[in-house]
Amino acid sequence: MTLEILYFAWLRERIGLPRETVTTEAATVADLVAELRAREDRYALAFSDLASVRVALDQDLAEFDAPLAGVREVAFFPPMTGG
Amino acid sequence: MQIRVQETPFDYGAESARFTDGCNGIGAVVTFCGIVRNDGGALQAMEIEHYPGMTERALAQIAEEAARRWTLADCLIIHRFGRMAPGEKIMMVATASAHRADAFAAADFLMDYLKSRAPFWKKEFSGDSAEWVAAKDADEAALGRWG
Repeated sequence: MTLEILYFAWLRERIGLPRETVTTEAATVADLVAELRAREDRYALAFSDLASVRVALDQDLAEFDAPLAGVREVAFFPPMTGG
Repeated sequence: MQIRVQETPFDYGAESARFTDGCNGIGAVVTFCGIVRNDGGALQAMEIEHYPGMTERALAQIAEEAARRWTLADCLIIHRFGRMAPGEKIMMVATASAHRADAFAAADFLMDYLKSRAPFWKKEFSGDSAEWVAAKDADEAALGRWG
C-alpha cells in the first residue's frame, strides 16, 4: 500500500520534510510509526514521545491503534493550538 | 454557516456588521475576536501553520455540531494562518440566534473546540528564539464541559 504522509509543526522540522510518499505493509498507525522510527534517528527523535503526537487519517483525527486499510493520507502533528 | 481560512487580515468590525445584517429575524449576535497577545513585551511575531483541507473540514464539523446543540440562525468562523505581529487579529467567531443564551453558548463551544480540535499550530518569535506554543492541559480539559 502507498501512503502520503504529512508532518506539521515541530514534527515537520525534526523530520525535515513536509510530506513524503511511503510504501508500507503496516496494518495500523502504530505499526507505521514503528517502521518510521526504525528508519533514521530524526524519525526516532520525532516519534520518541507519542503522548505529544496526534494523528489524522484522511483528514480525520484517529488513534494510534486505528487500521490503515483503505487510508490514503496520514498526518502526524503535535497537539493543536488554534484560536 | 460561513468558514474562512485565510492568510490576509480581516476587518473585524465590517465582518461583524455584515454577519449581523445578513441574519433575519434574530434577537442576538455574539462575536469573539482572538488577538496576538504580547506577554511581557518580548514577542516580535507569531506564525500559524495549518493543515489545508483538514482545517476547513474540522471547522465545518465543529460548526455543524454547534448548530445541532443550539438553535442558531447562522455562524461565522474566520481563522488566519501565516505571520502576524502582536496586536493583530488572529481569528473571529460570530453566532446569531433568537436569544442570547444560545448565541453565547455556541460561541463559547466553538472557541473551546477550535483551540484543540482544528489543525492550527502557533510558533512565537522573540529575540533569537522561535518556539512552538505548547497545548495547555486546561484547553483539553475545557472540552469536558460540553459532554
